[in-house]
Amino acid sequence: MQPDETITTPQVTEIIDLVKRIYGFDFGSYTKASLKRRMTRIMQLKRMQFYDLKHTLVNDAGFFQQFLEEITVNVTEMFRDPSFYKAFNKQVIPYLSSYQHTKIWCAGCASGEEAYSLAILMQTAGLRKKSFIYGTDINTECLKEARKGIYSLRKIKSYAENYQMAGLEGSITDHFTILYDAATIHSELKQNTLFSVHNLVSDNVFNEFQLISCRNVFIYFEIALQERILDLFYKSLAPLGFLCLGAKETIRSDNFRTKFKVINQKENIYQKIGS
Amino acid sequence: MALDPKIIERWHNSDLLLLGGSAGSFKPIYNAVKIFPANLNKAVMIIIHRKKNFFSEIEKLFADSSRMLLREVSDKDVINNNTIYIAPANYHTLIEKDRSFSLDVSDAVWYSKPSIDVAFESASDIYHERCTAVLFSGANPDGAAGLLKLRNNGALTIVQDPIEAEMSEMPQAAIDMKAAEYILTAKDILELFQL
Repeated sequence: MQPDETITTPQVTEIIDLVKRIYGFDFGSYTKASLKRRMTRIMQLKRMQFYDLKHTLVNDAGFFQQFLEEITVNVTEMFRDPSFYKAFNKQVIPYLSSYQHTKIWCAGCASGEEAYSLAILMQTAGLRKKSFIYGTDINTECLKEARKGIYSLRKIKSYAENYQMAGLEGSITDHFTILYDAATIHSELKQNTLFSVHNLVSDNVFNEFQLISCRNVFIYFEIALQERILDLFYKSLAPLGFLCLGAKETIRSDNFRTKFKVINQKENIYQKIGS
Repeated sequence: MALDPKIIERWHNSDLLLLGGSAGSFKPIYNAVKIFPANLNKAVMIIIHRKKNFFSEIEKLFADSSRMLLREVSDKDVINNNTIYIAPANYHTLIEKDRSFSLDVSDAVWYSKPSIDVAFESASDIYHERCTAVLFSGANPDGAAGLLKLRNNGALTIVQDPIEAEMSEMPQAAIDMKAAEYILTAKDILELFQL
């Protein structure tokens, strides 16, 4: 590692301020250790020193898009944490099957793998036609990928173990049309989905949902921001609506513990209580 | 080998002990967990490479043999003294300024998630010289760059002697990068932990 391609903590703050001023994206409440690591990575990839990074951010809006893609972690898997999907099938699906219609919000959906995992579960349960899945992210490039629903076959095959461990029948490739190295998600899974831009930091309630899934997104946010978003989720959920967080993301605040009932402690599945 | 007074003093001045390893590191790390007193007066963080999805028996085995409190890291856990924290599989574990953990699911480093490099580098930013780090046996170079950063920031850095390590590549990579201030046998490392 070149020592000049690193960034100090005050410099990270400087970049955060600059990005907010010029582009309106506020990373001020993101966890700093992760941001610092991402910025260092961009600088190493682009062979930039701190002043190059600053200068390019100010003068090149195209570069900002790349910066945004690097800074927000878009690594995702289908059926990540299979035990979650197993618990979901057992504890959430029975509720959803009693509903006329289920609106699902997949918040921070990146390239759509998780939204389509939920679509597969809903389809398996025979609920796909009475459900609608909204996937949102701040990253427009990722959203394009999500809308296409085309992934490399190698990647899809790497999710085979997750799929099997989630207790689902058949094979993950059953849900894709495969042509050479491209795996395209079946069109009936793509139906009733909408992928659009939403920034959890600055945007508001846009619909009412029976289920919100936001997994491994909170880990990048400081506690105060997590709580603000919990409030947004609370307001966006229908009575008795479900909230699914990542395996290591627990609702800790006393305020929200009275607003959400724990459905599965280990998998962090919650249900809205109160009005 | 007698441990010199300087290393002992720096060990005593550490608030955090980092233990990293991969293939062949389970045994020496397990032995360390067994001998820590309940009042070690430091926090211990363990980063061992492992496979996702297989709920490993490591936590249970470690917890059963440890006199210290032991838990797998959860997002935003505050780092407490006299507690052993295990980095969870399929996440990177980082440390924030207020001495709490944050997690990250970004790409694997050296095919590993958790990556020892990522944990070590972020610990060095926060703990500087108030930290001791040990890199044990392993078959890839993850951890060496992080150990170097720790050393440059004043931490006490130790590697298990590659001659006795089951897999020498990991400690050797650290030695080659001049990241290791001390090269000790597992026995000496355990002795230090009891001083």
